[in-house]
Amino acid sequence: MSIEVRSVSKRFGDFVALDDVNVSIPTGQLTALLGPSGGGKSTLLRIIAGLDSADSGTVRIEGADATRLPPQKRNVGFVFQHYAVFKHLSVAKNVAFGLEIRKRPKKEVAERVAELLDLVHLSQFAHRLPSQLSGGQRQRMALARALAVEPSVLLLDEPFGALDAKVRKELRDWLRRLHDEVHVTTVFVTHDQEEALEVADEIVVINQGRVEQVGTPDQLYDEPANEFVMGFLGEVTNLGGRLVRPHDIDLATHAQPGWVAGEVDRVLRVGFEVRVSVCTGDAPVTVVLSRTHARSLALKAGAQVWLRATTGALTVPVGGGTPFSLPAIQPVP
Amino acid sequence: MAEVIEEVAPAFAEDGADQDVPSRSRAVRSGPRKGPVTYLLRLVVTAYLFLLVAWPVSFVVTHTFEDGLTGIRLLFEDPDTVSALRLTVVVAVVAVVINTIFGVGVSLLLVRYEFPGKRLLSALIDLPLSVSPVVVGLALVLVYGGRDGWVGPTLEANGLQIIFATPGLVLATAFVALPLVIREVVPVLKEIGTDQEQAARSLGANGRQTFWRITLPAIKWAVVYGVVLSLARSLGEFGAVKVVSGNVLGETRTATLVVEEKYLNFDQQGAYATAFLLAMVSVACIVVVALIRPRSDR
Repeated sequence: MSIEVRSVSKRFGDFVALDDVNVSIPTGQLTALLGPSGGGKSTLLRIIAGLDSADSGTVRIEGADATRLPPQKRNVGFVFQHYAVFKHLSVAKNVAFGLEIRKRPKKEVAERVAELLDLVHLSQFAHRLPSQLSGGQRQRMALARALAVEPSVLLLDEPFGALDAKVRKELRDWLRRLHDEVHVTTVFVTHDQEEALEVADEIVVINQGRVEQVGTPDQLYDEPANEFVMGFLGEVTNLGGRLVRPHDIDLATHAQPGWVAGEVDRVLRVGFEVRVSVCTGDAPVTVVLSRTHARSLALKAGAQVWLRATTGALTVPVGGGTPFSLPAIQPVP
Repeated sequence: MAEVIEEVAPAFAEDGADQDVPSRSRAVRSGPRKGPVTYLLRLVVTAYLFLLVAWPVSFVVTHTFEDGLTGIRLLFEDPDTVSALRLTVVVAVVAVVINTIFGVGVSLLLVRYEFPGKRLLSALIDLPLSVSPVVVGLALVLVYGGRDGWVGPTLEANGLQIIFATPGLVLATAFVALPLVIREVVPVLKEIGTDQEQAARSLGANGRQTFWRITLPAIKWAVVYGVVLSLARSLGEFGAVKVVSGNVLGETRTATLVVEEKYLNFDQQGAYATAFLLAMVSVACIVVVALIRPRSDR
């Protein structure tokens, strides 16, 4: 384990940012801290980096106790949401900063900087000032700067949060590939579940200062520990008192025994999928169908339909409790 | 691996290309409106500045050069005036150095740290701007006065005279110019935030290295501007200096006191020439800063 966080708590005044958090981050992997804004994930990252201090608890990095170490002695690379570029230094000088602080020989610094700029595709911008770069380029420069000091762990705080959607997606793919090349233990904070599911080897879900679940993207998606995790990782809808994903609902236009009856309220087409809102007596249920499927059913507002969770679909009872997958054969009353 | 990354590269080149879009759109935006009101306002402002600043100052210049360069020449031939000018420069430079070091330190304290009494400290720093310099001078005499001051007699017994000596002049000058560096640096420190400093720390820089390599370059122009303002203010200080100086010829008489002395002794030419010199140094300071400051700043 590269990073061991043990019973860490942190308060800001009355606000509990972290409440007795225990996390182990495996070596060489890409781990995401995922959760809603204000859930404490950035605070945890900053405590690991030494930029904030925990009220109680310990942090161990590579086996050594780092709880009381100042940030400059932890050998961590930190990448900030808003890049934190050194505005008065050129791109090359930004990347060289950590090496110059360590008083490495000039030749070695120059070689390492050239290598890193090549890695992040900024070689042709080496002598520009950061203000002459786009947001995505600045963040890649910040990443090269953090990697320059060969950190034992690389920490990224919502690294792509300030970028537009297209660049964000490109950088996300690029980060994944970069990590496959460099293999440094990496932890990144995100509130975007798609980003976490796509990039991370392991995801730590944090909400209201607590760890809700730790697992691989598949584990989290297929076996969410509770209602919160299920809801945060993807869209859910309430079907007869159980939470289920809208694309995991079967829809029939003829009465079926044991299915939930309802009336179509609205049919909305979004690109390749069709979202059907069905009134079933209690809350409206959202059902997502493929375009072709919806067309074959010829759904219209006001039509009578019958719903059930697809066989094998994951459902969670509303109001907590452990989730379970429906058995393959639905008992018929 | 390498070729996979290649695919992404062109897209990155693209996002680099659109970076100057904002500046282009700024150029397209139409300039300020030019109606009759604009011209009226311009006229009012110009007239105001002319009557209040340009006209009176121009009289100082014309009076100085009424007899060609003789006024200035006479000034530099008078050893008392020369020593007064030298004293002014020494006092101003020392006061500015003190205020710069203290000012940057206090600014960091005010912006980067939380402590009880912070607002009080911030308010106190503005005090020298609102209190009359004469009051400052009197207050200093009360504390440091050699005969019946609060700590003055003790200091004097140990061979350190403050009032009616150069240290008193430095104190008075430093006091009145105290807020200038701080008020320039504080907003800039707030604006740059702590991200860059934290990044430097995480890259292995200690506090001192972070200050010299990151914080100071970021606030450089604010410090320079504060120093220039302080210097101009220090050179021209009169009220506080007048009280603590004792006006000893050749020892504690500064340039501003020379101006007053000459003016009261009907040596108008000398008074104007000295005043002209003082004004020129201040103007030169501001011109120099305007020239060396990069356009992109502010």
